[in-house]
Amino acid sequence: MMKKLITFLFAGFLASSVCAQETPDVLIQQVTEDVLDIIRKDKDIQSGNTQKVIDLVDKKVLPHFNFQRMTALAVGKDWKKATPPQQQQLTQEFKTLLVRTYSNALTGYKNQKVVYKPFKMNAGESDVLVRTEVLQPGSKPVQLDYSLEKIEAAWKVYDVTIAGISLVTNYRDQFGQEVRNGGIDGLIATLVNKNKSLESNLAKAEKK
Amino acid sequence: MTGMLGALKSGACRGLLAGGFLALALSGPVMAEGNPRDPYEGFNRAMFSVNEVVDQYAAKPVAQVYDKLTPLPVKAGVGNFFGNVGDLWIGVNSALQGKFSDAGVDIGRLLINSTIGIFGLFDVASELGLEKHEEDFGQSMAVWGAGDGGYLFWPIIGPRTARDTAGWFVDSYADPVWRVRPIPVRNSLVALRFVDIRASLLPADKVVEEAALDKYAYIRDAYLQRRRNQIYDGRPPRLDD
Repeated sequence: MMKKLITFLFAGFLASSVCAQETPDVLIQQVTEDVLDIIRKDKDIQSGNTQKVIDLVDKKVLPHFNFQRMTALAVGKDWKKATPPQQQQLTQEFKTLLVRTYSNALTGYKNQKVVYKPFKMNAGESDVLVRTEVLQPGSKPVQLDYSLEKIEAAWKVYDVTIAGISLVTNYRDQFGQEVRNGGIDGLIATLVNKNKSLESNLAKAEKK
Repeated sequence: MTGMLGALKSGACRGLLAGGFLALALSGPVMAEGNPRDPYEGFNRAMFSVNEVVDQYAAKPVAQVYDKLTPLPVKAGVGNFFGNVGDLWIGVNSALQGKFSDAGVDIGRLLINSTIGIFGLFDVASELGLEKHEEDFGQSMAVWGAGDGGYLFWPIIGPRTARDTAGWFVDSYADPVWRVRPIPVRNSLVALRFVDIRASLLPADKVVEEAALDKYAYIRDAYLQRRRNQIYDGRPPRLDD
């Protein structure tokens, strides 16, 4: 189930042509439909070409995310203990982890549809929640919400919530545990190792 | 990964759980350190390991075979059938929480799907715009003000808070599938439902394996977030960052 849901995770953020003046709900809707369109036409992605998906996400999706904010949220109160270079390293590794693990899910796309919930925003608001729902034949709709903040006229996603589960804050306890055990550097080392092992798995899978 | 059953679906799979487990868990030593929402972490991690083995050698392989051999329309029919059976109890719990118009929808769904939907094999009600809700007795107790009571991990049934473990017993008691006779038919239905739910979670396995630094903690925190979302019907108040 989750793979299908996560199919839409990054799906929302492809079109770089979207104008920054647009409201966040329109942004989410346009890019979601654009991404789904691309995936529908790409046989490589549908047959599970992980590297191709990661490249696609890297190039088109990531510009719409604020990974620094996401990482700060995931790390929680320990974030302030990290020096700026450590913060940068954490952000880089967390970004790599999220992209690796969730891009894969885009290959599971099968005719799901996205419904956009009514959206209201007050003038001058700079932190909003855009609510959508993923419909799949034969199963219950799944709630998929995006938290966005406005940074210098552009809306950036800083959290994604699937069926109420935040993909960012779900890491907070795990990160806290690592920091208690080995400090900020311990957490960085764990993330580096995790990413390395995922990479070698990917390489193995591709040789097959 | 059987644990994800509980995390992601509220299917009741009564079985190996004995009251003794509950007593053991609740009287266990409270750990001085660690997560305040997971006071029985030592016990839970042990049960989690047991469950991982059961899943690896029994539940998951069976679910994989079922997933491969069953055509999509049959799988959808099985899911719809058990979903329809659950709508009566969902309606009762909507009413228990004071959501009477939701309860009306739930009962309407049951009537439509049991008749036009041919014994619930087709979810006609959803096509007609009657949205399926997600309710259970644990949520009703939460709405009445009961706290979580600490996180627990059970073999087979997966994660439940103490409150939701109690709720799960009530759900199972009210579950029509457990009342089916003769016993072999009942057992087959219970097993089929379990396999159907497990199979629906197969795609999630890889994501969890890859994403988690600590699989136990990842599933625990996902479960707790998801339950909170269910209790607030998809609109939980925001927690402070």
